Amino acid sequence: MSSDFNVKRPGLELLSSQGLRLDGRRPNELRRIQCKLGVFTQPDGSAYIEQGNTKVLAAVYGPHQAAKSKSLQDSVVINCQYSMATFSTGERKKRPRGGRKSEAISMQLTQAITTAIKKELYPRSQIDVYLEVLQADGGAYSASVNAATLALIDAGIPMKAYLCSCTASIAWKDGKPEPLVDVSHVEESAGGSVLTVSSLPSINSVAWVDMSQRLHADYLSVVMKRAMQGCRDIEVILDKAVREHLGESWTMSDDAVAI
Amino acid sequence: MAGLLLSPTEKVFIVHGVQDDHRSDGRTNIDYRPMELETNVVSHATGSSRLRLANTDILVGVKTEIDVPTPEKPDLGKIEFYVDCSANAAPQFEGRGGEQLAIGIAKLMQAAYHSSDAFDLKQLCIFEGKQCWKIYVDILILECGGNLCDAVSMAVKAALFNTKLPSVKAALMDGGNIDLQLSDDPYDAKSLDIGTAPLLVTLCKIGDKCVVDPSAEEESCSVISVVVGVTGNPSSYSTEENVSDSAKESKFTTIEMVGSGSVAPKTLKDAMNQGMVAAKLLDKALGEALLRERQETQVKTKKHSYGFLR
Repeated sequence: MSSDFNVKRPGLELLSSQGLRLDGRRPNELRRIQCKLGVFTQPDGSAYIEQGNTKVLAAVYGPHQAAKSKSLQDSVVINCQYSMATFSTGERKKRPRGGRKSEAISMQLTQAITTAIKKELYPRSQIDVYLEVLQADGGAYSASVNAATLALIDAGIPMKAYLCSCTASIAWKDGKPEPLVDVSHVEESAGGSVLTVSSLPSINSVAWVDMSQRLHADYLSVVMKRAMQGCRDIEVILDKAVREHLGESWTMSDDAVAI
Repeated sequence: MAGLLLSPTEKVFIVHGVQDDHRSDGRTNIDYRPMELETNVVSHATGSSRLRLANTDILVGVKTEIDVPTPEKPDLGKIEFYVDCSANAAPQFEGRGGEQLAIGIAKLMQAAYHSSDAFDLKQLCIFEGKQCWKIYVDILILECGGNLCDAVSMAVKAALFNTKLPSVKAALMDGGNIDLQLSDDPYDAKSLDIGTAPLLVTLCKIGDKCVVDPSAEEESCSVISVVVGVTGNPSSYSTEENVSDSAKESKFTTIEMVGSGSVAPKTLKDAMNQGMVAAKLLDKALGEALLRERQETQVKTKKHSYGFLR
């Protein structure tokens, strides 16, 4: 591939000459992730996650008896609702949910979450997962998946592995492709394609993939690789949060916490 | 809220407790539950606050827009309340399930803020007849543990206290249109004058007596509640002393009955008096808390916002 072909691609300005991104991160760095399990008392499980300026709350109700029309004989039904607070975006949103986009994201979340849960354990049951985006600054879907994972763990629902999600995009440095992990809103809107991957890193399988806009097939593998690495990094953070939470609430001795 | 089931015996226990001025959580009939309040929690909003009243969790974001005033009131700005009941609070709220409750609370807030004694819309005027600020107060209910109205009104007042409108640097007249230039400097902004903004107090009639700040369990024992909106005292919200006596005086801005029951006129009158007393105390406490937080942010003892991570 000749370098003058690359120069004309969008996303050129995403990396500075020092190889740093607009917010000062290196291409393989995630935004700061802070999370907490069990933020609310009434739901069976709840979690809050901050990925940079993207903030998501998740609540899980269930498993409980499924509605007759939805009920499945041999597995659990996952019911997901994604909604964004009216003040979550730069411009005020007219309504928090019910739009085409949020309905689509709800379906995509349902699909990703269903792959991670041990469905066969709860026949004729239903699990409700509700996600509320309080602040959106890129990667709201990914943050929602990560929040849902924590909330499901808080609710004590058996899962095959941690379900982690991460985005990746591509930028150009000296005519060479350089994938960016955990894309922020500014980078998202600067153009270029964004690959969103939800995966179960510890069993090395991909639960769901989405690609916005087009990307040359030659670069797909490097972008994918970076997104998968992002998922693995997130898994470590989520795992630490879960262990800390359990250590806290069970008031174990200090040496027992440091597993 | 979520699947709350009380047996008849439990209900009797609560009702008898209220009769003896000793409620199931140890409070008396005029006590509020502990509250946590933090402002400036959502960076995308002009002003925001989060209030947690025991199990009730409210997040308020204030957004501003420039709008054209209505022809009938050319010198007044606009304020709009929007309530969203998140499904996180209760599975019944999924989809459009929470809409009725949401509209009810939004109407109540709109009514409470309608009077110019409560909130002066003139301060939102930019250019008479041409341009004004429109304030969107977006209320997100994240968990219901009883007494939504009081919690919402306090969170809204805190969020408005936290709101700063950017100052207008220049206005260019272009024929009939006005092109405004707003200041980019985040410190070049004016706070809203919200000292008189009303607080709602719910008085829940249980048995023959009224209680303030009912929990979800107590709400299910009651057939009727009286919600009163009472204007605040501006001297609690600023360090300046020049407040007129008429503004200091608390006034009712709205009175509404919620529920299927009815009350005797005397009980209603007692309830209103009780509400007035509670509102005054609440307003004072809220003002103190907000001023303290503002001071802490100024001297940088409070480094970052806690949000939901605490």
